[in-house]
Amino acid sequence: MASILIQFAHPALQKSRVNSALLEAASGLDKVTVCDLYELYPNFLIDVELEQAKLSSHDIIIFQCPMYWYSVPALVKEWFELVLERGFAYGEGAHLLTGKKVMLAASFGGMEADYLGDPPNVIPLDQLISPIRQTMQFCKFNWLPPFVTFDADRADASRMTSLDAVYRYILVGLRDNAFGMDALNPLVPINHQLTLQVN
Amino acid sequence: MIEQTLLFQAFVYLCAAVISVPIAKRLGLGSVLGYIIAGIWIGPFGLEFVAVEQDIMHFAEFGVVMMLFLIGLELRPILLWRMRISLFGMGGMQFFLTAGLVCAIAMAFGLDWKFSLAVGLIAAPSSTAIILQTMQEKGWMSTQGGRASFSVLLFQDLAIIPILALLPLLATAKTVPVDIETGSNSLNLMKELPAWSSTLVILLAIGAVILAGRFLLNPMMRLMAETRLREIFTATALWLIISIALLMEAVNLSPALGTFIAGVVLAESEFRHELESDIQPFKGLLLGLFFISVGASINFDLFVAKPFLIAGLVVFLVAIKAGVLLVVGFVFRRRAREVMRFTMLLAQGSEFAFVLLAFSATNGIMAQEQVEPLVLAVALSMVLAPILIISFEKLDLMFTSDTLDEPDEDDNITDHRPHAIIAGFGRFGQIVGRLVIANGFRVTVFDQNPSQIDLLKKFNANVYFGDGSRFDLLKAAGADKASILVIAADDREKVTQIARLAHLKFPDLYILARATDRRHAYELIELGVDVVEREMFGSALQMGKKALVALGYRAFQAERAGEMFRRFDHEGLRHLSKIEFGSDQYREQVHLMTQDLERIMTRDKVRFSEMRGDKDWEH
Repeated sequence: MASILIQFAHPALQKSRVNSALLEAASGLDKVTVCDLYELYPNFLIDVELEQAKLSSHDIIIFQCPMYWYSVPALVKEWFELVLERGFAYGEGAHLLTGKKVMLAASFGGMEADYLGDPPNVIPLDQLISPIRQTMQFCKFNWLPPFVTFDADRADASRMTSLDAVYRYILVGLRDNAFGMDALNPLVPINHQLTLQVN
Repeated sequence: MIEQTLLFQAFVYLCAAVISVPIAKRLGLGSVLGYIIAGIWIGPFGLEFVAVEQDIMHFAEFGVVMMLFLIGLELRPILLWRMRISLFGMGGMQFFLTAGLVCAIAMAFGLDWKFSLAVGLIAAPSSTAIILQTMQEKGWMSTQGGRASFSVLLFQDLAIIPILALLPLLATAKTVPVDIETGSNSLNLMKELPAWSSTLVILLAIGAVILAGRFLLNPMMRLMAETRLREIFTATALWLIISIALLMEAVNLSPALGTFIAGVVLAESEFRHELESDIQPFKGLLLGLFFISVGASINFDLFVAKPFLIAGLVVFLVAIKAGVLLVVGFVFRRRAREVMRFTMLLAQGSEFAFVLLAFSATNGIMAQEQVEPLVLAVALSMVLAPILIISFEKLDLMFTSDTLDEPDEDDNITDHRPHAIIAGFGRFGQIVGRLVIANGFRVTVFDQNPSQIDLLKKFNANVYFGDGSRFDLLKAAGADKASILVIAADDREKVTQIARLAHLKFPDLYILARATDRRHAYELIELGVDVVEREMFGSALQMGKKALVALGYRAFQAERAGEMFRRFDHEGLRHLSKIEFGSDQYREQVHLMTQDLERIMTRDKVRFSEMRGDKDWEH
């Protein structure tokens, strides 16, 4: 069994529906650690050593957060800048992260069809999140296809129930190494590639 | 002459000083010349208010003793050590060359060799009082020429000891040596001692001063400081100087040298600034008195009787001294401009000359009628000194484009200045201070708690006794050069007082002040303080954020709510300070705090809820 670290970030969880539900779904799973970054670092003073230790002691890292303006919340960006430092995450002698898997679990406000490259979003989804992917691959992470929730502003209860189940199914599958990773397309959301198997 | 009561004399001296000195300063002549002129017109050849009595002269010379104590305080032992080459090299060369040349020329005029040697030794020193006063006034202490001058002066002070020992040996007639410097009723340990034991006694006395400075004086001053009575501290400082002077005189050492040593020993003490500012006014007044006495002592009758002899002696004295100084300056490879500064500063007779000439007369080395023209020549050379210095300045202005005196980096006499001054190191100041010190900034701390001072000294902080509410102490701590002043005193009135003073006297200083409450904050803002922090606000706000979390807020939500509240309140503070401080109500203190609170809470209710919150950040 692989260990999973969910780095959760939401600047206003009290207003959230999608992410709070997904967080709920992920909590309590065996070998899955959930960290609420905005709760840990409300004044952005990230404990770099602690965060690096957390990375070292887990096999799969998941960044779960809402996407605003096509990117991760500010604290996650800050986290990248401080924790993924030279000598630890990249550069000479840095191989602690090599081969660990990383996944972005992101919620978007628009429909799936809004992210295909047509105006107003002229850049397709896989390219929108490419800076994050590039960052992770630079640090020798194994990039998993992202877990994406579309139309997150209007998620109703029934859709949330099925979404929670899929998220939980994927987390457990990753933990137990149940998926044939080579068959997955890194550009297509993982929940779209694996939903069929749920049904 | 009018009846001379002490008060009347004081009135005359002070009156002369108050009138002459500002005029002389205004005319660009410097205070020294101002005092001397004052002395001339109240003296026997002016309005005849005062006759120069030896007593006054002696009393006034105490100003020089105090001045050397103050200079010692500024000079840490390490800096003194760095000066050793210029001290013994330049000082020694100047002294022996001048003495030798004067002696040789006097002999060439057919004078007796003993007489000539005595005149040479007496001519060699320069006037510590004039030079140091001038250097302080013009800020030359940190220039190359200024430091060279200081080294030479220090050597001359050291040389007084052997000269006093040597002069009686030159005596032609056997007379009972009279100790001119101390007068008759001071104790003298050296009367009947053989040479070797008097050397031992001298070394013991110096050792005693150093040991006392190291181990005794600090605890004593701490004790005095604990009384919190300023005048007792001042009394201690004066007592200290007088007792050292007496001890030095008892062993035939120069009191100035003794207090200088004590000053150097105390240079590392936390009471240094307090001592400095306590002694400073006494020193200034006594030196003023000294210069007035020089002016009053000028014997115009003698000048009229023998104009050519006197003028010749003055020109001779100044020219030889200046010539030697030029040579010394160039031998030690100083810049031309600094050599000129050094030469013009040191080319005059010394106040020691008066003492030594009187000493020579009583010892029978010179006849009274020989001494009088020499005394007059020395006094006139002192009158000439400020004029020479002014002419140097004028020439300097013509030949150098920038008038700034570039201080030398390596062995600077003045201390490097701190980055931050913190007044008060109690519960509040400690936090500010620890943060600033931990980040590697240099800090000078004022505190009145001796145990606090001890503790801080262990961490190599610059700590001084006092509360920072006095101009001279702030200045001594470097307020004119520091970047910021943090006023963290416990006492509300004290904070206001320091803020008012610092803002007025050091307009460039960035001031951060601790306010007791909202109303105090208004007051400080009104005074022009740059940053005002209410002492309870930060911790109370922190507690408020934690209360919100305990009530179920997300940490980041509570953080933002708290910080928004801080901004909201801060804006209100700046806004309301303008309205409320000016209103009549401000003067009616009754009920005002509750009224304030009511107004503030009404504003909270209406306006804070309207304040822009976090509208997005959903899904």
